[in-house]
Amino acid sequence: MIQQLGHLPMGWLLLALLAMLASGGFFVGRVQAERFSGATGSVRVHSRPNYHGYYVAMWTFVPALVVALAYAMLGEGIVRSLLAGELPANFQSMPSVELDVYLDSIARAAFDHGYGGADRVFSAIANRFLELQGMVKASAIGLALISAACGFFLARRKVAPSFRARNRVEGGIELFLFLCAGIAIATTVGIVASLLYESLRFFSEIPFWDFLFGTRWNAQTSAEFGALPLFYGTFMIALIAMLIAAPVGLFAAIYLSEYAGPTVRAWVKPVLEVLAGIPTVVYGFFALLVVAPAIRAVAVWINMTLMSAGITAEPLLAAQPTSALAAGLVMGIMVIPFVSSLSDDVINAVPQTLRDAAYAMGATKSETVKHVVLPAALPGIIASLLLAVSRAIGETMIVVMAAGQRARISPDPTADLTTITVQIVALLTGETEFDSPKTLSAFALGLVLFVITLFFNLIALRVVQKYREKYD
Amino acid sequence: METTITESRETLTAGTSMDETRGLTYPRIECKNINVSYGDKQAIFDISLPIPDRSVTALIGPSGCGKSTFLRCLNRMNDTIESCKVTGEIIMDGENINDPDIDPVLLRSRVGMVFQKPNPFPKSIFDNIAYGPRIHGLAETREDLDEMVEKSLRRAGLWEEVKDRLSSPGNSLSGGQQQRLCIARAIAVRPEVILMDEPCSALDPVATARIEELIDELRKRYCIVIVTHSMQQAARVSQRTAFFHLGELVEMGETDQIFTNPRERRTEDYITGRFG
Repeated sequence: MIQQLGHLPMGWLLLALLAMLASGGFFVGRVQAERFSGATGSVRVHSRPNYHGYYVAMWTFVPALVVALAYAMLGEGIVRSLLAGELPANFQSMPSVELDVYLDSIARAAFDHGYGGADRVFSAIANRFLELQGMVKASAIGLALISAACGFFLARRKVAPSFRARNRVEGGIELFLFLCAGIAIATTVGIVASLLYESLRFFSEIPFWDFLFGTRWNAQTSAEFGALPLFYGTFMIALIAMLIAAPVGLFAAIYLSEYAGPTVRAWVKPVLEVLAGIPTVVYGFFALLVVAPAIRAVAVWINMTLMSAGITAEPLLAAQPTSALAAGLVMGIMVIPFVSSLSDDVINAVPQTLRDAAYAMGATKSETVKHVVLPAALPGIIASLLLAVSRAIGETMIVVMAAGQRARISPDPTADLTTITVQIVALLTGETEFDSPKTLSAFALGLVLFVITLFFNLIALRVVQKYREKYD
Repeated sequence: METTITESRETLTAGTSMDETRGLTYPRIECKNINVSYGDKQAIFDISLPIPDRSVTALIGPSGCGKSTFLRCLNRMNDTIESCKVTGEIIMDGENINDPDIDPVLLRSRVGMVFQKPNPFPKSIFDNIAYGPRIHGLAETREDLDEMVEKSLRRAGLWEEVKDRLSSPGNSLSGGQQQRLCIARAIAVRPEVILMDEPCSALDPVATARIEELIDELRKRYCIVIVTHSMQQAARVSQRTAFFHLGELVEMGETDQIFTNPRERRTEDYITGRFG
């Protein structure tokens, strides 16, 4: 019987239970409140019956929800530790990893409606697992019901004409919304804290300044952790990307907001935004298979021409199969929609009266754009460029595929470079153990990346805020 | 319509002041059968209106009566609105400004405009005024430009207040000062006509009084057309008034006559406050 309980579909059961409790609580609360609000004309009722209903529902639902969530998070773990405690001594001496694997197979067998195989020990353990599972499930449901009942009766006793049910319900809604916002914030704080913690462990082994200003990076083979070449590569590629994206994106935005008619705009804007929807891995192989070979061919041609003309004795350009230029160019194309879309918004936010003023002075369209619209929109445009920069710095897939792995400081755009993001990927893929400086250095790199993008985003936000104040 | 115009001219010729007599004889702008529509919706129906030089013509009427739309015909600002279509003739110096051959950019350097809300450019006070002369190449040297800016600011009655801070931004001025800055900016291009679209509606009474004094001063040199919601303002600043209603020109004539002895019932109802 208890074994049968082990097969209970807890997800559906708890969901149905919660729904029933909530609606039941609502009706009881409302009916009770309707009784006094309908009968006594002389007593002033504070809240409408519905709010008493919501109040009772809230107190019935929330305790049961807490129990359900606790079960969802802890249920499986409790069953496993109970079972592990009952296992014979020879199991206890197993390494924890092996024991986990064994328990996994037990759980799988148990959920396949019992184990039908020949291994009797295994079958006994699987049956015991189901029993324990059934006990935990039954007690979770029991607990949920009991707590819901407690909440229900406590809340029902409060229902009275003078009870401020509406304010309580509003308070409950506020708390719920706060918790949702809190989840997002707590996650961010958690991620930053873990970055900081692991980075500090790294810096306890490698001096901070050696990491920040060292010029030799060789984390994979020898322990050289000078990250300067990575910073250089990151900024070099971001710079190339912005040299493409800033003018193209900005001029596209000017065309869209000032020159294009409504029909053109209706077509061009969505098409431009499709660029933002292309997966970065697609950009990546486009960079690797099309752009990089083309750049290499051009670089080789330049080398040949210069050498045959006798201007240089050796090849001038590195002409590598992967290059900073290839990654930068493609990344530039990728961030065009970020620049154009945001700039388009700020240009549209420039009041029409300013344009009218310029036109009424006899300014042409391009004069109006150059002297009036762009200066007015400049802070917003700068903000959009900064956001694009931080996007380019954090971009991973394109550089992993098309920038290369070699950490070096070279002004030659046809040479291969490596970036912070590429190295993080390289450090954390494949066989890794979490205690070596090699893996920990990824966290330090992540922290640096986080600080840089945070810095750019903060400036951009400040600029946008100041700009809003000016025209509201 | 032709008869009305002749009538008004006669009334005006019989007018008292020197200024007015000059205005009537040679209308600066002659509008004939103007129709304006936005898409399918017609906003102005067959309006004909002479506008005399060196005087103020007020356009009054309830909201949505087409007075602002009509004003924007006079410097072809309606061109900037995609769906707007204007027909009819507007004769200025013997040319029809609605003619496709007329370059609206040149036209607008001759017909300045002041808007409802003060809209200085996000530049310094000096650059606001210098903007027009610069794009039209009116100043040869820096000294010329300085002189032009000073003259325009003096004419707009703003020079004394801003002469020590010409490099501070235009939006740092008060609302009334900003509006006078916009008037100075319009004057700097040396226009012949100045259009004003409710120039005082965003200002307090003191600033309004200053602008009205300024308008009275400016009419000695320019042909001014002003759209206003305030009938007192029309009575105070204008020599001629045209009353618009539902896209039609109901009545026009000397301001005194319109306000004391309107010919049309609708005009009387509007100025006595029975509607609108």
